[in-house]
Amino acid sequence: MKPSTIRRTGADKVFDTVNVIIMALLLLVTIYPLYFVLIASISDPFEVVQGNVFLYPKGFSLDAYKNVFDEPRIWIGYRNTIFYTITGTLFSLFLTIPSAYALSKKSLPGRSLLNIYFLIPMYFSGGLIPTYLVIKSMQLVNRWYSLIFIGASSVYNMIVTRVYFQSNVPEELYESARIDGASEIKTFVSIAMPLVMPIVAVMTLFFAVARWNDYFNALVYVTKNDYLPLQMVLRSILLHSATALENLDTSSMDANAVKQAARLSYMAEAMKYALIIVASLPLLVAYPFVQKHFVKGMLIGAIKG
Amino acid sequence: MQKAASDPARCLQPKSLGRRMLDHWQIYLLVAPAVIYIFLFNYLPMVGLQIAFRDYRASKGIWGSQWVGLKYFIKFFNYPNCWKIIRNTLVLSLYSLATFPLSIIAALLINELRSVGYKKVVQMVTYAPHFISTVVICSMITLFMNQSSGLINNVIAALGGKRVDFLGTAAYFPHIYVWSGVWQNLGWGTIIYLATLSAVSPELHEAAYLDGANRMQIILHVNIPCILPTVVIMLIMNCGTILSVGFEKVYLLQNALNLDTSQTISTYNYELGLLGGQYSYTTAIGLFNTVVNVVMLTIVNTISRRVSEISLW
Repeated sequence: MKPSTIRRTGADKVFDTVNVIIMALLLLVTIYPLYFVLIASISDPFEVVQGNVFLYPKGFSLDAYKNVFDEPRIWIGYRNTIFYTITGTLFSLFLTIPSAYALSKKSLPGRSLLNIYFLIPMYFSGGLIPTYLVIKSMQLVNRWYSLIFIGASSVYNMIVTRVYFQSNVPEELYESARIDGASEIKTFVSIAMPLVMPIVAVMTLFFAVARWNDYFNALVYVTKNDYLPLQMVLRSILLHSATALENLDTSSMDANAVKQAARLSYMAEAMKYALIIVASLPLLVAYPFVQKHFVKGMLIGAIKG
Repeated sequence: MQKAASDPARCLQPKSLGRRMLDHWQIYLLVAPAVIYIFLFNYLPMVGLQIAFRDYRASKGIWGSQWVGLKYFIKFFNYPNCWKIIRNTLVLSLYSLATFPLSIIAALLINELRSVGYKKVVQMVTYAPHFISTVVICSMITLFMNQSSGLINNVIAALGGKRVDFLGTAAYFPHIYVWSGVWQNLGWGTIIYLATLSAVSPELHEAAYLDGANRMQIILHVNIPCILPTVVIMLIMNCGTILSVGFEKVYLLQNALNLDTSQTISTYNYELGLLGGQYSYTTAIGLFNTVVNVVMLTIVNTISRRVSEISLW
């Protein structure tokens, strides 16, 4: 649309003004919770719990961050999540890209059968327990490599990639590669791949974010503390100790001890805000730079969807 | 096989299916890892679905356990809380579905923004919450809604109101679940509609303008009809998940006090199945759930194809 070619009437000006205000409210509602977590994490814990922090940090303090970094579980979780994100993303790409290429080949005998084979699991699944039993029988429960292999495939992503192959690599290129005597694998690696690097980037991002945020698979398949990803550590710190302040037993303490205990539980509250920042930081920092790739990936999928 | 391929007489005949497949062996090799993976992680569990009709005993295995027919399905429907769980699941998913027009409205409004820079900022900011993990979202909800120290209660108290235990009150649970979901996904949901809107031909807008239409009328009579097919497709896809409320968020926000509205099929399944070891029973419930979803998707898709010729397959 070219708005400049259309002269605005009075009603249109009202519309525009109202629209700008609505959007400003939307921005505010979206940003404020995140902004509050940030200012709460660097404020004096006491002020946060007392409800004195609203618009800007009060009594600047980095103690919460210090506490977060002093917690060994968080380091282990961070290390594990980085490991699972890198290896898991690579494994997912290995499953997705070559198969998407293969399915984009119209000449492949049995192609429509293969398509149906991949589509059925999108709508029908064995469910929690049968899947658990299979994975258990494969000795994949509670291993350091469990979370690399579990939940690695996404049929949806594969279809998106296949569509990209079909619309970005011309058939004639395959034809001439065949006449020049290139093998299929060679054609895939040296001719098709360089043309589809954008979708490989998009898929890498999709898989990496899913891995970083994944919590369900860890909940079901991993219980050993050493193998827990960051999200599980977050859950146990953030959600399971939620009532520390309320459960405080003050009956057997003198006034000073009560004060001390209250300080500690304020700290535990403040630490949660810092922890949220620490856990989301990599995504938040990377987000502005990779945002347009996500949108692109989403749209390629939508063409088919 | 290699010998047959080099036989000159064979090359002159039209290629048989087997021969063509052999020609493509490298492509089958490329697709093989995914085929094997899907077989192991998606199809083998489907074979395991039969334990819904058996009395599963770990010592006897899937194939050796006793057949019991529909025993576990009947058990579920006779379970006193069965309908409550189904109702909770339906409430959460239908309520979420009801907020579906919000993304469309947001997209229509974003599309009308005249400043390109402002538009970009709105898009960038509203997409961001989509990438925050469920655990972090639920932690934020828990922190903000905390009765004694949470932001929301602090505001209520500062305004002179009474502090409310939001997460400990069953009646609030669906609202918390759905509106936090709106906060997280409203912006992300606009992407597809914005793309469709940007493809609307400018001539349509000019023609409408020349006919004396104002902005509101252009939105109603040009933009909305143009995105309608996309809306229908998205709606069909959402209907296919009518009985599958995301497990993670419900489970993380659930507590003993709000169980009355927060116990859903998937959380009940997880508790009884994985934590309680009732494998056959929960598999039966899971199967019921999946079948309802597939049936719903098929029905909605069929209706849509009859009415508007828009269909998923």
